[in-house]
Amino acid sequence: MFAVEVKGLVKDYGQFHAVKGISFDVKEGEVFGLIGPNGAGKTTTLRVLSTLLEISGGKVSIFGLDLKEQAGEVRKVISYLPEDAGAYRNMTGREYLDFMAGFFAPEKDPKKLLERGLEIVRLGERIDDKIETYSKGMARRLLVGRALMVEPKLAILDEITSGLDVVNAQAIRKVVRDRTKEGTTVLLSSHNMLEVELMCDRIALINDGVIVESGTPKELKERYKATNIEEVFVEVVK
Amino acid sequence: MSGPGRIMKKEIKELLTPATIVPIIIMAVLFASLGGAFNGVREQLENKPEFGLAVDDAGTFGILARESFNSTSNIIYNATSLQDGLQALQDGKCGQALVYIPGNYTANLMNNKTGWVDVYWMKKGTGLTASVQTALVQASITSMGKAVSTYMIVYGVTTNSSLILSPIQTYSTTYLNDKVMPGITPDQVDTVFTSSSLIVPLIVMLVVIMAGSMVINSMGSEKENKTLETLLTMPVKRTWIVFGKLAGATVVGLIVAGIYMIGMGYYLSSLMAGSTIDLAKYGLTLGMGDYVVIGVSLFLALLCGLALCMILGIFTKNFKAAQTMVLPVTMLAIIPMLISMFSDFNSLPLFLQIAVFAIPFSHPMFAFNNIMMGNYMIVFAGIAYMAVFALAAMFIAVYLFRKDILLTGRVRSAERKKGFSLINLPGWKK
Ligand SMILES: Nc1ncnc2c1ncn2[C@@H]1O[C@H](COP(=O)(O)OP(=O)(O)O)[C@@H](O)[C@H]1O
Ligand SMILES: [Mg+2]
Repeated sequence: MFAVEVKGLVKDYGQFHAVKGISFDVKEGEVFGLIGPNGAGKTTTLRVLSTLLEISGGKVSIFGLDLKEQAGEVRKVISYLPEDAGAYRNMTGREYLDFMAGFFAPEKDPKKLLERGLEIVRLGERIDDKIETYSKGMARRLLVGRALMVEPKLAILDEITSGLDVVNAQAIRKVVRDRTKEGTTVLLSSHNMLEVELMCDRIALINDGVIVESGTPKELKERYKATNIEEVFVEVVK
Repeated sequence: MSGPGRIMKKEIKELLTPATIVPIIIMAVLFASLGGAFNGVREQLENKPEFGLAVDDAGTFGILARESFNSTSNIIYNATSLQDGLQALQDGKCGQALVYIPGNYTANLMNNKTGWVDVYWMKKGTGLTASVQTALVQASITSMGKAVSTYMIVYGVTTNSSLILSPIQTYSTTYLNDKVMPGITPDQVDTVFTSSSLIVPLIVMLVVIMAGSMVINSMGSEKENKTLETLLTMPVKRTWIVFGKLAGATVVGLIVAGIYMIGMGYYLSSLMAGSTIDLAKYGLTLGMGDYVVIGVSLFLALLCGLALCMILGIFTKNFKAAQTMVLPVTMLAIIPMLISMFSDFNSLPLFLQIAVFAIPFSHPMFAFNNIMMGNYMIVFAGIAYMAVFALAAMFIAVYLFRKDILLTGRVRSAERKKGFSLINLPGWKK
């Protein structure tokens, strides 16, 4: 069974077609990257898969659950981290993790989730400070911790490192790789084509709402005789 | 264009949006129509007052009184006994008042004593219209007193100058519903009414605005920080998210209402301590059941306001937009409060009655007066209306919570045409 199966997905905003019938699938346990420039339709696709937006056309199933018919069930197996997400600024980091963990009771033990969350976040004493005092890197760590503490079957992460400096970005990437080794499938998006080479088992290149190429980073580089994915992308959309 | 000019233009463009202009226009129109209602009051002032007259005195001054009233007023009912007059007043044939000249009236005046005139008031409403009517009747009596003075001087009835200056006095008895209040004028009742009926509208207005903007602002900041997106992907039903948010704001709203009520109740009781009449003496107080009714009315109004704000919050894009979204609700809360200060529900022209009824927050504002006046029908109809309104608004909010619009805001189709294309490529190249 695929973790994610997308067939001919269409998403319109009113008259505007943001996603124009894309298809891809993500195997269980792999890290899959949706790569493309700004405005390509990555966020739109991930929001649809996270049950936030209605499907305009096509079919999506997540671990065999139909996205349209079983949205409630889908929400139990996914964890979504929005692009540029924030947290409730007047809570402390610990309160925030605790608040979010509570939603998963009684199926999952909120105490255990919180424990795991704290372990991922590693903010030390700052975890008891208000979130509004956090730096961008700390806030992102907290949010990644929130997304991964529930050990979701599928983590949907939108531009996790955008806006972060090199050190923070690398730390986040490491957390995501380490924490998803045991059984979590990852679907992520990025406009940073170099980053995905480091993180993804397979990628799909998306441009203007259409998937233009897909495969493992290695395959793609060989196919286009390129040294990195950026070159592949330029070659493909030419 | 110069720097300041460019900035000014941008600011004006940002501030002058339909969201800010429309409520102001509505407000202006409502005030204009309120002005129309006041014009009606002024016209009444120019007309002769209408009331019933019972003269039980066949003496000179009795005849004089009848003549004086006939010239200054429109006597719509004439009687010679108090009993007939009161019956007519009960039957609504005397309008607002019955003026009674008792049998010993001439005799008293002739014997150097004050001539007492009894006025029986049938109080039907509170507010401006009602008090204007009262004042007109009182003016008629005053001018009748002047006629008595003149007569006394011309015919040398007495040399007692103080009697000549004020030969008559009135004794008022006010009927309200089935209550009789001897020695009380309708004005005195009005005074007590307006001050006590002012608190509830004020509290309702403050609480609706405060709790309402809380809901809208919360939606605005949740969208801005994308915490809403995270929340919506949690394994919780959307319905519970909506109810949870509403319940939180309702609790805060009720707490705030309670605090205001205690504070203002204290303020009022110290204000009332100096008051001349105690309406409770005449059974004109609210019972426990009445307080429950007002409480229910207030609770439902709060719920209506919050559910309405939730819907507005759904269309809010961010925290800044939330500020302007609060405006329509503020207007809706202020308008009935202002109206309730000037008038009571029954004295409003029909179209204003409809407008006021349609605004859910107005019901608790008018509830106090309506209950005091025995208009329970309007109060209960209002409660039923608010219950339906709140349910419908919550239903719409829950419905919209499942729609894209919650996250995407309004999509203007004209703007988005650029990407129009029919390609529907399955992009999965193997
Ligand atoms: N709420 C919206 N309303 C209308 N158009 C939108 C909306 N959100 C995104 N779009 C458009 O859809 C396209 C894809 O956007 P998005 O999915 O955010 O791209 P990406 O995440 O790849 O940068 C863009 O052209 C964007 O302008
Ligand atoms: Mg994006």
